[in-house]
Amino acid sequence: MNMTGIILRISTFTLASLLVIANATSVPAASSEADFKAAYAAAEATNKEAGGLRNQWTVTAEALADARKAADKGDFDRAVASAKEAEALAKASIFQATSEKEAWKNLEIR
Amino acid sequence: MALAAVALAALTLAAPAADTPDPVADAKAFRNFFVTKFPKVKLEDFVNGPYSMNEGMRRQWEEKEQFPPYEFSLDTGKEMFSRPFKNGKSYADCFPNQGIGVRQNYPYFDTNEGKVITLELALNKCREANGESALSYVRDDMAALTAYMAFTSRGKPFDIKIPDDPRALEAYQNGKRYFYTRRGQLNFSCATCHVQNPGERIRAEILAPALGILNAMPIYRSEWGGMGTISRRFTSCNSQIRGVPLEPQAEEYRDLEYYLSYVSNGLPISGPGSRP
Repeated sequence: MNMTGIILRISTFTLASLLVIANATSVPAASSEADFKAAYAAAEATNKEAGGLRNQWTVTAEALADARKAADKGDFDRAVASAKEAEALAKASIFQATSEKEAWKNLEIR
Repeated sequence: MALAAVALAALTLAAPAADTPDPVADAKAFRNFFVTKFPKVKLEDFVNGPYSMNEGMRRQWEEKEQFPPYEFSLDTGKEMFSRPFKNGKSYADCFPNQGIGVRQNYPYFDTNEGKVITLELALNKCREANGESALSYVRDDMAALTAYMAFTSRGKPFDIKIPDDPRALEAYQNGKRYFYTRRGQLNFSCATCHVQNPGERIRAEILAPALGILNAMPIYRSEWGGMGTISRRFTSCNSQIRGVPLEPQAEEYRDLEYYLSYVSNGLPISGPGSRP
């Protein structure tokens, strides 16, 4: 794959990730603590699944930390948005690990 | 969400059928790839990483080697290596040839334990067997010890063996898979930088070729302001692509080291090294 191909692939991957996040983070106003707890638990469970595949992303942990910090301040709208972002990132890392089970062979020197 | 999933799925190319691992053919293809891509670079010079790719950097490095930045670590490593444990034994008692000039044989596959033993792991096993606590795999003491052992092995060609044991072949194959697997939010594999783009810049750095990339380890990195082990290099690479690193000396990392060392067989040990 040449440099342009790599950049195109990375750009498309990043764009797709952003689409996932944008979709996931469109949260209605006035979220409650219960909303945060549910969103956080879902994100944590998904990230744990990524951990089982040995493929967690640092940005997922950062988004989870942001969610906790916002919840501690009582800003549940932001806390829910960050938790949903974390869940979307964790899902993307699972997708990556799953697709790479075969796709790695495309890069192999033969 | 569905749109994004479709977009991502479209990026995944159809994978070829699984092949039976053939390390000898792999190593030949691996070497051939780099010597064809860089016909002006002498084979043994690939162990010098970015300096084999860029003349300006090479000149700076050659000047720096007059007073190499890893020298303090080397002295510390020699002193640590010679100092007896509390029970009177020493590292020399744990290694063939008293640990002198043996770096090129690590990692090896231990058929008794059924796993890859790296030099870093062997050093800690030696410590623990003699009642000493294990050293951190990513800190200065481990870097110093491996620097000294590499120094006593300079010029000796990597001689990594894959014994006739299906578990060894599996470890090799796992290491290969790890090397080529994309990970982290940046969706990079080790190969993205070190196969597809050696010699190219990533920010201010010039990427090293994968061929011979471990021969200079451990290294002093100006970016780190200190020495780094292979464990430190692997974990920091993962962090840089926004992947959560595995624990140092995890099976995946040991297998990766096994693969990368095997495909560099025949190239000389040049460690300890220094890098920008």
